[in-house]
Amino acid sequence: MLKIYITLVYFILLVTPIIGQQDTSVVQDAIYNRPFITSAFPVALGGYLEGNTNYFSEDGVSEGFSMEFRRFNIFLYSTIIPRVRFFAELEFEHGTEEIAIETAQVEFEFLQALVFRAGIIIVPIGAYNVNHDPPKYEFVERPLEATKIIPTTLSDIGFGFNGKIFWNNLLFTYDAYLVNGLNDGIILNDQGRTFLGSGKAEERFAEDNNGSPTFSGRLAVKSQKFGELGISYYRGIYNSFRIEGETVDAKRSIGIMAIDFNTKIEKLIIQGEFAVNSIEVPKNISEIFGTKQWGGYLDIVYPVIKGNILGFDNSVINLAVRLERIDYNVGEFTETGKNIYDDINGLSFAISFRPASGTVLKANYIHYWSRDALGNPTVKTAGFQFGIATYF
Amino acid sequence: MKGIIYILLLCTALLIAVSCSELLPPAPDPETVLAGPIEDLTPQQLRDHLIGDEQFGRIFGQKDGLGPIFVSNACESCHIGDGKGHPLTTLIRFGKYSGGIWDPMVEKGGPQLQNRSIAGYPPETIPGDATGVTRLMPPAVTGMGYLAAVPDAVILGLADPNDSDGDGISGVPNYIQPLDYFVPLPSHIPSNGRYIGRFGKKAGAIDLLQQIVTAYKEDMGITSDFDLQDNFNIQAGLTTGDFVDDPEVSAAIVNNVVFYVRTLKVPPRRNENDIDVIAGENLFNQINCSGCHIPSLVTGFSDVTVLSNKVIYPYTDLLLHDMGSVLDDGYTEGTALTSEWRTAPLWGIGLAEDSQGGSPFYLHDGRVSTLEAAIGFHGGEASNSRDAFNNLSPGEKVQLIKFLKSL
Repeated sequence: MLKIYITLVYFILLVTPIIGQQDTSVVQDAIYNRPFITSAFPVALGGYLEGNTNYFSEDGVSEGFSMEFRRFNIFLYSTIIPRVRFFAELEFEHGTEEIAIETAQVEFEFLQALVFRAGIIIVPIGAYNVNHDPPKYEFVERPLEATKIIPTTLSDIGFGFNGKIFWNNLLFTYDAYLVNGLNDGIILNDQGRTFLGSGKAEERFAEDNNGSPTFSGRLAVKSQKFGELGISYYRGIYNSFRIEGETVDAKRSIGIMAIDFNTKIEKLIIQGEFAVNSIEVPKNISEIFGTKQWGGYLDIVYPVIKGNILGFDNSVINLAVRLERIDYNVGEFTETGKNIYDDINGLSFAISFRPASGTVLKANYIHYWSRDALGNPTVKTAGFQFGIATYF
Repeated sequence: MKGIIYILLLCTALLIAVSCSELLPPAPDPETVLAGPIEDLTPQQLRDHLIGDEQFGRIFGQKDGLGPIFVSNACESCHIGDGKGHPLTTLIRFGKYSGGIWDPMVEKGGPQLQNRSIAGYPPETIPGDATGVTRLMPPAVTGMGYLAAVPDAVILGLADPNDSDGDGISGVPNYIQPLDYFVPLPSHIPSNGRYIGRFGKKAGAIDLLQQIVTAYKEDMGITSDFDLQDNFNIQAGLTTGDFVDDPEVSAAIVNNVVFYVRTLKVPPRRNENDIDVIAGENLFNQINCSGCHIPSLVTGFSDVTVLSNKVIYPYTDLLLHDMGSVLDDGYTEGTALTSEWRTAPLWGIGLAEDSQGGSPFYLHDGRVSTLEAAIGFHGGEASNSRDAFNNLSPGEKVQLIKFLKSL
């Protein structure tokens, strides 16, 4: 791990002279690429809210119509002194059902290519985890890959470096952090399957459950012509293998690798992400709690009308489609040699109206096809959602 | 521009309104689904059924008390859609004969193997000196409330321990020592302090409460008010390992699940008017499969009114029968011989594969995937019927199988 850091720092210092002032609209900047940052006050205050309606049916059974206030997030940003900045995000989910500090970080910009970040940080695994604000998307639901395979929003206590490097009209970005990491709940949880979201124990903000930091990093390259391509990696020990300094269990690791991209072809906006998880699981439960998972999604957005719509200048109506698939458990049953299914396929359509770039009204239709681990008859879930999301 | 927008919005609204019913997935044909409550439950009973349903589907994690040794993590993991189970969650039980007396090897973790465990804790293994080891596929749980409501007198009326009618079939009840929380009903008829078992492959459980309390503890490692003692791996010298307060579920939760199982509908019939199915049913009776797989039973009084005095068609006599040496695993429960098995209810057998991943697993241990093969393994008291089946013409065999698939 130390070698990786030394190599990274050496590389950054080596290429620093070629850094220039170019367009920096990249995934890495997502937390600052929000309207409130332009505030003239010393401490900028902003945020977003998100709400929606739900009408779903699963194999003919419906809970009826309901409304959901998903999130109310508050941003705080301050430039303490030039090149030293503070950012925090406080999240309220479903009213006050869940209140969390999603981000609380300080950054020291030594160079544009060498920025030290510490605090509660968004873990740079995949682009969606970093860039997940609902006003930016045409769909109410987050992609399955970005919730079930990568547990967006994944933030953690940690520190590390990030930076930007320009070279031949290409913008390279990197993020490399050490964080406490996910915990034991990845397996033997109340989901009944390997589920990274259950490993997000609150205790991780207080102490590492095993004294072994987890590495998370992302490298990306952006071309004005071809868009941005990123690859990210997350690896660490997740289980509490020692108590009071005594080793009581084998070390078990979690690894995530993700590839993300976004591009624009004519008016068509395309973005997607693909992630693979590799989890060490005790052999006697590895059929129930899978050792490999993967998922991916593809969003295609097409602006059909731009201009003054219903009196809103610069507004846009978008059509969008999302294709997605996740597999919770890649493998075969020992006894039967047959495939373990436990997968979901999804197809969603959206029409959205954006009176401003940071405000969106969404109408979505979603259809999921789910199979249990045994591959029993597919469960079909479908429904309609109408949502609103806006920065403020 | 405005016109286009209004038209677009109008079209969208119309599309959604018109297509709502088309775009939402319809319910599957009720005849193809095992799960579901009995019709005519009162609203209060239906509410209690649904509360039990939620608990039946609850997945236990380590923090909820799962383990430390276990087989599965939810009732529904073994009985998916209330149907039959899969080899993934097969129960393995063991024991040995010692001086002619059956020893369930409790001191070595018996009679049930917990072959899975929480992280850092060793699972059990089958002791080397076990003489009997059996593998038991989880059964479908639909219709069990009706089976529970069959009075002991009906079961005893079907018993023929000395084969007095000379048909080669001599069903006997399995008498089980009740556990301390057992409350006998007026319809129970004890014998020397033991009661007739009717649930489980060996009829080792007297009532659904025993079956469910045992499943919580033995299958999931979940303690309840009815049984506060967790399972630990005593093979590994461990007498602790679960740090969740006991009971891990309350008596109320267990009772909710019992009520849920009691009030599940009977498995639906399909194609019962098909000519081949009718012919197959006649063959089923003709070759005396119905000697053990008694088509109908009548329930007695039940505190759940809809279960009372009903004619049901489970195709079982709830009695033990000698099934021959091929199906003798050397394992037993209660007063059953190792070669004796309770007549498996055949209702729902045609839907078995829908909860087993598309490929059925028949017989007590799921060893075969066709009904023909399952019949072929019948021995002992079923030998005559098996031989008669083998002597049927291919067309007749197809008809009989079609009948079984219609159940």
